[in-house]
Amino acid sequence: MKKYLLSIYQPDGPPPEPAVLEPIMKNLTSLADELRAAGAWVMDAGLHPPESATVLRAAGDELLVTDGPFTEGKEHLGGFMIIQAEDLDEALDWARRLARILEPLSIEIRPVV
Amino acid sequence: MHPSTADIAGVFRAEHGRAVAVLARVFGDLDIAEDAVQEAFAAAVEKWPDAGLPPSPAGWIIMTARNRAIDRLRREASREDKHAQAALLHAQDEPLEEGVVRDDRLRLIFTCCHPALALNVRVALTLRLLGGLTTAEIARAFLVPEATMAQRLVRAKAKIRTAGIPYRVPYEADLPERVRGVLAVVYLIFNEGYAASSGDELIRSELCLEAIRLGRLLVSLMPDEPEAVGLLALMLLQESRRPARVGPDGSLIPLPQQDRSLWDRGLVSEGQDLVRRCLRRGAPGPYQLQAAINAVHSDATSASDTAWDQIVQLYDHLLALTPTPIVALNRAVAVAELDGPLAALALIDDLDLGNYYLFHAIRADLLTRLHRLPEAVAAYDTAITLTTNTTEKAFLTHQRAQVTNP
Repeated sequence: MKKYLLSIYQPDGPPPEPAVLEPIMKNLTSLADELRAAGAWVMDAGLHPPESATVLRAAGDELLVTDGPFTEGKEHLGGFMIIQAEDLDEALDWARRLARILEPLSIEIRPVV
Repeated sequence: MHPSTADIAGVFRAEHGRAVAVLARVFGDLDIAEDAVQEAFAAAVEKWPDAGLPPSPAGWIIMTARNRAIDRLRREASREDKHAQAALLHAQDEPLEEGVVRDDRLRLIFTCCHPALALNVRVALTLRLLGGLTTAEIARAFLVPEATMAQRLVRAKAKIRTAGIPYRVPYEADLPERVRGVLAVVYLIFNEGYAASSGDELIRSELCLEAIRLGRLLVSLMPDEPEAVGLLALMLLQESRRPARVGPDGSLIPLPQQDRSLWDRGLVSEGQDLVRRCLRRGAPGPYQLQAAINAVHSDATSASDTAWDQIVQLYDHLLALTPTPIVALNRAVAVAELDGPLAALALIDDLDLGNYYLFHAIRADLLTRLHRLPEAVAAYDTAITLTTNTTEKAFLTHQRAQVTNP
């Protein structure tokens, strides 16, 4: 089995209205349940907005601490899921369902070393 | 018989895909497979000119490649490489049966054309692994430096390995879409050779032949797939006109003015047989319809003798399946023959193709036929500005001159 990271990219700004968000969260929960039942779930997590991020970088004796996310942009990593699958096709099947639930957000899928 | 280097190169082209496909299954790794097949051919170049062709060159290549790969893995296995040991255990009791080899090649095609790879990468991998073209040849055909193409291939194989792109025929549910993707890659290769653009003339016509070879392979591997048959028919019918498409001075000759006695009748009749065969299945897809349109052209002794009503009907079907402005534009060209240029002009006026030179070239032609000459000249001027291809530019400039100075 290989492990895959599914990263969810979403636009910055306030979250959608509860009326929009609720059915999405419900579908996400049932997808996670199905992943668990299939033995494909490893972990998942949602993240606070990018403004809450802090970036650290060591440079010689200095340790640089900056406020905000690593990249500038209008979209940021909003959450992620780690799943395990036999191969990319199997992982893509799960990722495809995640993308449908989260339309129109982009999902990046990358194998974990 | 003592084969020359050219004979061996021919065997290489013909058997590369089969050999890589078998080795990839046995060793579960494209790199090992490809390297071993390379070594086997290097050995063939050394041995065959003196020893003569073996009874089964393909079998010889596969056996030699397998032995080379096992030798290599044994050396690596001694360094406690678990992957190599596993592959080695698997490799030694592998029988070779034609049925398995058939599936191996399908697996290889679907791996090379996996949607998680960029389209240009799919094309390059297909030509390299299935077609046996050298990296230099592929680079020349696609007008990129050889180092760039080599990099692209290395990255593609690394992605297949690390992302876990399976070496497998896709499951039933994914199959239709994945087949469409495979056919698109082959047609892209054909068009790269067919569109008379700049670059090395030789390798470009070779690309057409390579695409036809791949098309034949797809049909033999997927005989129940009517679109694969349709694509092969389409390519054969287009290829049949090659001798008539360019004049002695290298200028472009459009379909209506071509000397039809120059068309390759063998390719025409093969293509037409295939069109009939696939349409009988009653599931006409875009390739079958385009092939059918080409078959109608091939039936006609001249442009005026063409069954334009049939062509318009086929375009109606095609437009319903793939409602793109390009299809609408091509349909309008046929409508012009059936209902006159004014009807056609009305059909294309609203198409969103302002940046497409053929749109303006076709408009210019329709306007000329309507004797709206100043408008025609303006349309030719736009078309000429938008063309990047020198042969096309020369053709359009000549057409424009005919309007202003008949």
